[in-house]
Amino acid sequence: MPRTLSAPVTVAFDYTRSTGPVLGRFLTGLRDGVVVGARTSEGRVVVPPPEYDPVTNAATTDFVEVASTGTVTSWVWVPEPVKGQPFDRPFAWALVTLDGADVPLLHALDVASPAEVSTGMRVRVRWAEERVGAITDIAGYEPVAGGGDDNDGDGASRLAPLAPQPPSGDPVTGVVTPVELDYLYAASPEESAFYRGLAEGRLLGQRCPTCHKVYIPPRSACPTDGSPTTDEVELPETGTVTTFCIVNVPFLGQKITPPYVSAYVLLDGADIAFLHLILDIPAEEVHMGLRVKAVWKPREEWGTTIENISHFTPTGEPDAAYETYKVHL
Amino acid sequence: MRDVAVVGFAQRQMKEFDGSPTCVELLVPLFEECYGQTGWTRHDVGFWCSGSSDYLAGRSFSFVQAVDAIGVIPPVNESHVEMDLAWAMYEAWVKIQTGEVDTALVYAFGKSSAGTLRRTLALQLEPYTMTPIWPDTVSLAGLQARAGIDAGLWDERAMAEVAQRSLSDAEANDYAIRRGGSSVDELLARPMYADPLRKHDCAPVTDGAAAIVLAAGDKAREVRDHPAWLTGLSHHIDPIGMGTRDLTRAPSVQRSAAALDLDGVEVAELHAPFSHQELVLRRELGLADDVAINPSGGALVSNPMFSAGGIRVGEVARRIWSGDVTKGLAHATSGPALQQNLLATLSSSPTDQEGAS
Repeated sequence: MPRTLSAPVTVAFDYTRSTGPVLGRFLTGLRDGVVVGARTSEGRVVVPPPEYDPVTNAATTDFVEVASTGTVTSWVWVPEPVKGQPFDRPFAWALVTLDGADVPLLHALDVASPAEVSTGMRVRVRWAEERVGAITDIAGYEPVAGGGDDNDGDGASRLAPLAPQPPSGDPVTGVVTPVELDYLYAASPEESAFYRGLAEGRLLGQRCPTCHKVYIPPRSACPTDGSPTTDEVELPETGTVTTFCIVNVPFLGQKITPPYVSAYVLLDGADIAFLHLILDIPAEEVHMGLRVKAVWKPREEWGTTIENISHFTPTGEPDAAYETYKVHL
Repeated sequence: MRDVAVVGFAQRQMKEFDGSPTCVELLVPLFEECYGQTGWTRHDVGFWCSGSSDYLAGRSFSFVQAVDAIGVIPPVNESHVEMDLAWAMYEAWVKIQTGEVDTALVYAFGKSSAGTLRRTLALQLEPYTMTPIWPDTVSLAGLQARAGIDAGLWDERAMAEVAQRSLSDAEANDYAIRRGGSSVDELLARPMYADPLRKHDCAPVTDGAAAIVLAAGDKAREVRDHPAWLTGLSHHIDPIGMGTRDLTRAPSVQRSAAALDLDGVEVAELHAPFSHQELVLRRELGLADDVAINPSGGALVSNPMFSAGGIRVGEVARRIWSGDVTKGLAHATSGPALQQNLLATLSSSPTDQEGAS
């Protein structure tokens, strides 16, 4: 048996960002099928345009269009692409200086093997079929057939200043970037003991050898004094509500229809409360000091999870005296 | 300026830590080692500062749970940086300079193996034009390596020589997770991974944690006969865009070095997670040929995220405590392709150099 329990977990969030006038101009260009750079005070054309001039610190205003063809200045092979990259098959990343620009723009280059890439090779932008105003509007670079000349003109002719706003359509003012990360999430050895206990219908905590406080779930160190917690303690399934909230607001992933009560339950003998549901009682009747006990799901549904306990239910006993839980609020 | 020294150091570097990503259980024995080295209890620590990343841990406010390992009754003076241990140490150094505290324990932790490290680190990048296409750390380093090869600044053999020296030196490092040199020719015969990088050109994914103890003036002298005085600290940053930087250079390293006195440095621990990055650093630092580079094996043999830079400081400090060297240089990096860099000089004498920048 491994020392600790682990399980896959995915964390995902869509970041919504405003773009401002400079990156917004660049992303608007991508949506319209053109690559927009900016001329700095030193006369260099930089893609993507920097928000501020690196020398004068003035806001960037001098936008220019560069070509969608260019030259590879560096590249690297990607034998094992990771999720979210432009291609899910082996490909190359390439720094490409587009004709008319003075610095390279990073994107993926669609080639089948490292033998098909070289510094100095000619490539062109392959546009995404559907463009929304994001860097992913560039599907990637592809080699220019024949490896030779720039068929889009010599770039310099495209360096006419651009109007501050694009000719048509609304300017891009924001981007939504989905971020999703996958982990193999491990419980600490102490938490693992807690979850294994739950699979046997036992509630296991630990007592700090220094200050004698009892923690459930157990933690690797006593948060009061930092001592490693080592002494296992089995706790009863009865306890006292120390504080609670009535959940009225629906949210993504919610399993119970609101209103319902989420409460801190201080198990008898524990020095820290833990969060669970209080059911079988109207929400408005839940109160501090309410005596409750665990309601377990049928044994055949148990796993190494706190969900083995369906909820806590009132025991019918008189309320606990305030003195018994006042230091745990 | 107050004289501040490194007086304690403990580390763990491992291929795979089987505990929680908050690493509380890993930090407890590290702190025990620091108390053992200093003779202190937690009540003797004036300031705590940690380095870690929620993206590595896969949960928000992951540093808060790690504070369990400190113990917070009575309440402690504590801070956190979403950076490497070396930057947490910098914050503690500033705190001691204010005169508010005389001692600090700084620590950092990270379970790189919980996710896909090279992908997770794409979240360090510019969020509009970089992160949405998920350029991974190894690829960005590969672009940098190629730029130097194409410019004739180094070649695959020079990179393999760095790896060979690191793997050989790592044989004396109990914490290294990759060790055992063979020969440069043998390394060059191995297959390409992310062309132009072979696997030994890239630091191994490493879990781990480390802690450093700082003390001012007589507090430091009480702990050690030869405290490792922090005689200079300097850090700078280069632009985040991969296009606007000359990838073969690291101007922020050069600028940091210019603020310090590197004369007389006998040992340099450089945080180079890719073999060619050591070559970039050596060029920017202009170190003499007789300076021992990365006698620990460096980051190529183990690179625990968010503590590997600070470990460089600890490795130099150990050699000063033992009297093996009188002056050393430690370097830490963060961000893609040596974007952010911190340098620290450590010396057996607190007056080796005035101040810091």
